[in-house]
Amino acid sequence: MASVLSAINVTKQFGGLTAVNTLNLEVAENSISSVIGPNGAGKTTFFNCVTGFYTPEHGEIKYKDNRIDGLRPDQVTQMGISRTYQNIRLFSNLTALENIMVGYDPHLKTGWLDAVLRTKRYHDDEKAAHEEALKLLRFVGLAGSGDLIARNLPYGAQRRLEIARALASKPGLLLLDEPTAGMNPNETGEMMHFIRDLRDSLGITILLIEHDMRLVMGISEQITVLDFGEKIAEGGPKEIQSNPRVIEAYLGRGAATEGMATTSGNKSG
Amino acid sequence: MSTQNRFDWLKAVQLGAIAGITGILISLVGMLQQFDSRDIIAGSLSMGWTMLFLTVIVASYFSAAHQPSKLLSIAASFVTGLVFGFVMCLLTYAVDTFDLRQTLVNASPALVKILTFEDGVPTGLVELVVTVTIAGVVGGVIYILPQRIRKAVSLGLTVMVFLGLMQQIIQVTLSNFPQVNSATAWMFGRGTQKGLSFNGAIVVFLVVTLSNLFWESNATKVNSQIQKMPENRQRSLRILGYGLLLLVVLYLPVLLGLYLTEVVNVTGLFILMGLGLNIVVGFAGLLDLGYVAFYAIGAYTVGVLTSVSGQLSTAFEWNFWWALPVCIFVCVMAGIVLGIPVLNMRGDYLAIVTLGFGEIIRILALSDFLKPHIGGSQGIVSIPPPDFFGVLLNKPQTLYYLIVAGCLLALFVSQRLRDSRLGRSWKAMREDEDVAQAMGINLVATKLLAFATGAAFSGLSGTILAIKLGTIYPHSFALLISINVLSLIIVGGMGSIPGVFIGGLLLAGLPELLREFSEYRLLIYGALLVVMMQVRPEGFWPEETHKREFHENEQVPTQEAA
Amino acid sequence: MQSLKRFSWTDVFMWVVGAALLTLIVVGSYLTLQQGKYTTVQWFDLAVFGLAQGSVYALIALGYTLVYGILRMINFAHSEIFMSGAYIGFFVATSMQRSGFLRENPVLGIVFIFLTAMTTSAILAILLERIAYRPLRGAPRLVPLITAIGASFFLQYTFRGLFGTQNRAYPEIDFIRGAIPLFGSFQIQKIQLIVIIAAALMMAALAFFVQYTKTGKAMRAVSEDKSVAALMGIDVDKIIVRTFVIGASLAGAAGVLYCFMFRIVTFYMGFIPGLKAFTAAVLGGIGNPPGAMLGGLFLGIFESLGPTLFLDGLGIPAPYQLKDVIAFTMLVMILIFRPTGILGERLSKTKA
Repeated sequence: MASVLSAINVTKQFGGLTAVNTLNLEVAENSISSVIGPNGAGKTTFFNCVTGFYTPEHGEIKYKDNRIDGLRPDQVTQMGISRTYQNIRLFSNLTALENIMVGYDPHLKTGWLDAVLRTKRYHDDEKAAHEEALKLLRFVGLAGSGDLIARNLPYGAQRRLEIARALASKPGLLLLDEPTAGMNPNETGEMMHFIRDLRDSLGITILLIEHDMRLVMGISEQITVLDFGEKIAEGGPKEIQSNPRVIEAYLGRGAATEGMATTSGNKSG
Repeated sequence: MSTQNRFDWLKAVQLGAIAGITGILISLVGMLQQFDSRDIIAGSLSMGWTMLFLTVIVASYFSAAHQPSKLLSIAASFVTGLVFGFVMCLLTYAVDTFDLRQTLVNASPALVKILTFEDGVPTGLVELVVTVTIAGVVGGVIYILPQRIRKAVSLGLTVMVFLGLMQQIIQVTLSNFPQVNSATAWMFGRGTQKGLSFNGAIVVFLVVTLSNLFWESNATKVNSQIQKMPENRQRSLRILGYGLLLLVVLYLPVLLGLYLTEVVNVTGLFILMGLGLNIVVGFAGLLDLGYVAFYAIGAYTVGVLTSVSGQLSTAFEWNFWWALPVCIFVCVMAGIVLGIPVLNMRGDYLAIVTLGFGEIIRILALSDFLKPHIGGSQGIVSIPPPDFFGVLLNKPQTLYYLIVAGCLLALFVSQRLRDSRLGRSWKAMREDEDVAQAMGINLVATKLLAFATGAAFSGLSGTILAIKLGTIYPHSFALLISINVLSLIIVGGMGSIPGVFIGGLLLAGLPELLREFSEYRLLIYGALLVVMMQVRPEGFWPEETHKREFHENEQVPTQEAA
Repeated sequence: MQSLKRFSWTDVFMWVVGAALLTLIVVGSYLTLQQGKYTTVQWFDLAVFGLAQGSVYALIALGYTLVYGILRMINFAHSEIFMSGAYIGFFVATSMQRSGFLRENPVLGIVFIFLTAMTTSAILAILLERIAYRPLRGAPRLVPLITAIGASFFLQYTFRGLFGTQNRAYPEIDFIRGAIPLFGSFQIQKIQLIVIIAAALMMAALAFFVQYTKTGKAMRAVSEDKSVAALMGIDVDKIIVRTFVIGASLAGAAGVLYCFMFRIVTFYMGFIPGLKAFTAAVLGGIGNPPGAMLGGLFLGIFESLGPTLFLDGLGIPAPYQLKDVIAFTMLVMILIFRPTGILGERLSKTKA
């Protein structure tokens, strides 16, 4: 399969600290891939490089063969990459519906004059955005909550709303930053199905950062492990589980020899 | 807790002391004296005393709220009132005994006279304590009243005070209608007396209180009656309402006369600016403190283009209607040019830098450097009034229509922008700029559009100001204008369009009517901003959220059927 | 090529503006110096005056910077704290002048003026923090800012109401009048020297305080991370109040020094110096006390020499009128091209 996203020798430094170090990474089209690693391994920094919040010092990032490193975040989104955040960042005083409609913005063309004069373009745009938002609300199971202020939604609903907002831009690649953070095992399970369903029914490539090993091992086809900004392992769930360097990174040096049995199903925090 | 059922002495005394300090401030900054000349009830209650009463009533109300039982509530309000009285006594005694006028300009014998009801120190002090203690108990009584009655009584008192304040204006207006002469004479103070007459005050209070009680118990009935009406009847009712409103708006200058129309005009100019700043601050969340810059730029552009004074280096002497679009264009460009440097600044930095811009513009207008072009400290004179199809717009009554047109245009534009993609982008940016950008919103364009639109409204307001006054001076464009406009949108409710009108009426209209007030305008605004941010940061008329899911859901089935 | 995409037309615009201003400064300075209208003595006087003025800015700027370091908010009302110190100083000075105390014991008298001014400012700052700011901790950023603006105007107009609208003049204190001759025809005004020395002493004391005392260390800890500091057993509220008190005392002292130089007290006197001091704080890197001192001095000199040096040569009439324009323009330019200031502590621009 062709790769949707490829990072080649990406390096990002903050002062003296190298957060991401010569990282190479490929995300295959229509796959679910994960980036895992201990806290501070550079996962979120990598996401920020992809989405244009940071510009890497070295290397290139390509999305469908177009260079995207150095673009502004809004340009990256318009190319077709969209994201969620580790600590949910909704537009908290806007309604759920408005949140999603903002996500649809890249597809709208209404200008200042269109809005004031209510031209046909305005009506078409508003209708399209509204319909798309209603559709997505239903898709994430929030039909009926559209008029609620985002901050008043329960936690799980906020997570799903954030995903719906990210989906509104009709991305080809969706980056999920710890989508199950703060969820109980039940909710985590639901989220896992939901993510798989996203890929299957919408055909979106998904790249996620996760701490929950069960989720990662359960749904990822490809896993990249980062530690101190460097890639230490790559492969399918099976390979990763048995990779001694991964165990070492997660559990410390002693644990690597003691056994694999504990890692499968171990929830690492 | 064991303290639950005990009398909270500390709170009662504390609140009394706080009220006392407030009272001292009111007295010493001169508000008491300044407002003493304006009566609410002729001969018995002045505006100054009303402020003191309000202070103690509010304090004892909260003091009562801290007590476990009704009886103790009354007792607490009594204590609070007493403490307040004691503090005021100390003040009066101090002012009477020592000569503090070298330092505190308002610590004068006149103040003592007011505080002691002109009875001198020993007797007057007793009267003072007794009066304010009674007022304190009134606060406690208001607290223990059932909520419905409390609301009605407060409204009654508010309306009474308001009508008393507005006496002159109401009487002047009503003098156009000789039919009601005897009624007004009975209601209001006679001759030189200001405020309501004693009878009038009681009548107003009773009528408002009782009708409010009646309305409260029947409001739901009336509303449901309207709800029950068929759709087209409801719509025609609404159209009737708008029609009436329009009629009133059009006839207002005729009803109000010269002076009041002028007040409305000033208010209108502020509302126009407020609508613009509401886009920048309320929608887009960009705290702009140099907003007056665009007001100045608008005014100066029209001044330079149309002035016939011949004192400036270039005499354009254009017609106003030709100059107007140029002015708006210049303001839009100024909005963009001054917007670019602040694109990457947030919150506090943005505020300070825009403040700096406002000052830069004012200093440049004042400087000798640009004097040949824009008049320096002497400003620009001889700006001719525009001619609108033969009607010269040089009187408040004619200018009124221009201002109303400007406000309506701004209202229309901002409402439509709010409900569009742009409005959503602005609000998203206000909530979280980074995420908004990550959602594909171009921050540069979105911010600049906010600045440009805001600048256009402010500039329009400035051009109207220029032709209204016929002359412009750099001093008309001080920072205070920006603060005024900011205050009015915050009090009304940031991001709320009706809020701009409410804020404009309260913060621009009222002070124009109460001349005494203007001295203390910024003092009160400052206090209001501080209090609002703590008690009601969303403003008096908060921004409404749009219900769109169910509202338009009604259409969805028909679409699916089609 | 890629990185050019980040470079939008707005950046180009700002670079052009920046380059134009720089050219203006260079050409203006060259022309002024070439015309030789001003003697070295005049330049020296301007520079010393700038240094004295800058010392005052630096003292006020410290208040902005300290509070910003801890609360991440601009204490807009700080300029009124400065004004209150100047006012109280005025009343104390006049009454002491009237009683003749100031003539007999000038040093003691001046110290007393400073003490009362600093105390008043500190009390006002405590009230401000307690009543206006503390209840808003954790509120959205605009809320405390608007409160601060409101508080600023409230204080200004309360002072106006209490003490009247007229300008009042500080009494002449003979002790601090006159000039000290240096070499040749160079001399230095006594008052300017006093201002510079006094400010330097206070700043040194502050530096010592922040670096070595327990409270100073706690202040630094709180500005790093409030919640961690609280976990370490630091009473955050107390530290915040102390920070306000320190900043306010410096501002109160600055108010007196300012009035020793300019002699006029008004209720709106705080606004412009406050804005300048803020500029100085940004210039030095806000949140960074040594930066504020450096920024203040730099701004003072820049503002004093700038109009004459840059604008006179260009034939602009009365260039001194435009000194505020120069200062504010510099503020904008710094925020655009070097938002971290001279000694740059990173501005908290939290990203994802």
